[in-house]
Amino acid sequence: MTMKDAIARFVRDGDLVVMEGFTHLIPFAAGHEIIRQHRRDLTLARLTPDLIYDQLIFAGCVRKMIFSWAGNPGVGPLHAFRRAVEQGKPGPLEIEEYTHFGMVLRFMAGASNLPFLPTRNYPGTDLTEVNPRFKKVHSPYSDEDLWCVPALNPDVTIVHAQRADADGNTQVWGLYGVQKEAAFASRRVIVTVEEIVEPAVIRSDPNRTLIPGTIVSAVVREPFGAHPSFVQGAYDRDNDFYMRWDAISRDEATFQTYLDEWVYGLPDRAAYREKMAARFSELQADRQLCAPVNYGF
Amino acid sequence: MADYTTSELMVSRAAKELKNGDVVFVGIGVPSLAVNLAYRMHAPGICMIYESGAVGCVPKRLPISIGDPCLVTGSLAVVPMLDVFNLYLQRGLIDVGFLGGAQVDRYGNINSTVIGDYRRPKVRLPGSGGACEIATLAKRVVITIANSKRTLPDRVDFITSPGYLRGGRERESLGLSGGPELVITDMGVYRFDPKTREMVLISIHPGVTLQTVKENIGWDVRVVKDLTETPPPTAEEIRIIRRELDPQGIFLKSKAG
Repeated sequence: MTMKDAIARFVRDGDLVVMEGFTHLIPFAAGHEIIRQHRRDLTLARLTPDLIYDQLIFAGCVRKMIFSWAGNPGVGPLHAFRRAVEQGKPGPLEIEEYTHFGMVLRFMAGASNLPFLPTRNYPGTDLTEVNPRFKKVHSPYSDEDLWCVPALNPDVTIVHAQRADADGNTQVWGLYGVQKEAAFASRRVIVTVEEIVEPAVIRSDPNRTLIPGTIVSAVVREPFGAHPSFVQGAYDRDNDFYMRWDAISRDEATFQTYLDEWVYGLPDRAAYREKMAARFSELQADRQLCAPVNYGF
Repeated sequence: MADYTTSELMVSRAAKELKNGDVVFVGIGVPSLAVNLAYRMHAPGICMIYESGAVGCVPKRLPISIGDPCLVTGSLAVVPMLDVFNLYLQRGLIDVGFLGGAQVDRYGNINSTVIGDYRRPKVRLPGSGGACEIATLAKRVVITIANSKRTLPDRVDFITSPGYLRGGRERESLGLSGGPELVITDMGVYRFDPKTREMVLISIHPGVTLQTVKENIGWDVRVVKDLTETPPPTAEEIRIIRRELDPQGIFLKSKAG
């Protein structure tokens, strides 16, 4: 399926959308297509909103954000997010805030078909004061109270990966983040990949399959679909871009110019790849193969 | 004035807090530099864990984010984040966590959420990330922060990550062990009084006066009787920091000399 078709068919106005990937494998190409298709009123959930959600907020796609750390890693703040929370621009942004551990548990509860999960985290923090969705329960097995977080079940989760077969059996190596839990928690799953491979390739290394095709709604081939994020073994994180983003996004005019040039001004990711060709060749990953393992019996 | 910066001194001091064999939850910036310095100096058996899921990292370049691909290459294990928080942190396997923030108060509570009111913030900060659970569940916590009335107020605007709360036994009464052990600033080093749980100044950096420290903190801070001078970084430490850890000066831009 093309990215255009996958987003048109599976991402709807008003949806609770998750595009996961902890620094690694952030599905930027899918995010740009959502902006191009002018989705509105979305609730976005993600541990680290990163540049991708900052762009969606600026573009006016977002009503609410559920998150645990909203910054540009190692660089500074997310300027569109801050403008929305501090000044209500371009519109009010509702926030629901957790911590990384809390978000991971929310996805796991949703993925396990449970209403909540408990943790030893959260005594003493003010986060439980400002977010009434944190609840305390008394343990039925020991004399102690535990804080709980509610299940999170997205309408659609989008993940990017190294490879999948045409049925959506998806293999990931490098940082896993919370993609497996988010995908299993979700009603619909879109997988975008660097490469679509034959089922025999997947079956040659079954331990590496993170997401099974049975829960996948659409598979999209989208090389360099995670840039400026990275894909282990394919291309490096574009740290220069993450650093330059601070100046681009600080000013509303330059932010708009960026979206005009790199999102609205391009029909699809193929055009982005072409426009970015020189940079992509600089970011190509070195080759470092693992020792083979024997699956024989 | 010797040829080192305050940041390099902070990195060197933080590195000394780490023991060989410690399992350390690493953040970006000073913490990352400190752990990598300790690994190259006195603690080759240190195990670095990043919240992104990389365990036993041996980064060949300075990671600019906690999810840098160099943390994966050559590491002992890469695990889902669910495992990082459930199996490593909540299980009690993390010896030391490094934390920073916008504000730290006299009882070691950390704010990285908002300046001002939560609903109408003056400044909206990034939020907890993994900081709250590290402050709650790691055995020891080391904090690095600038020394000013703004960053070290009597009470933080918002407790993102709990220290000793309002002092005394309040932390223990909520069932929490651990807690902050050391605060390293650009002016000095503080520990926590075992009874009151207040921050107490234990050393000041070379060239800084006690009066300057007292003018740049939000309460009448206690000082230990045997106040010492923080040892400056050695030539070998400075060489490692500049040549091997941060050769491009990404985190330690203002180099002396």
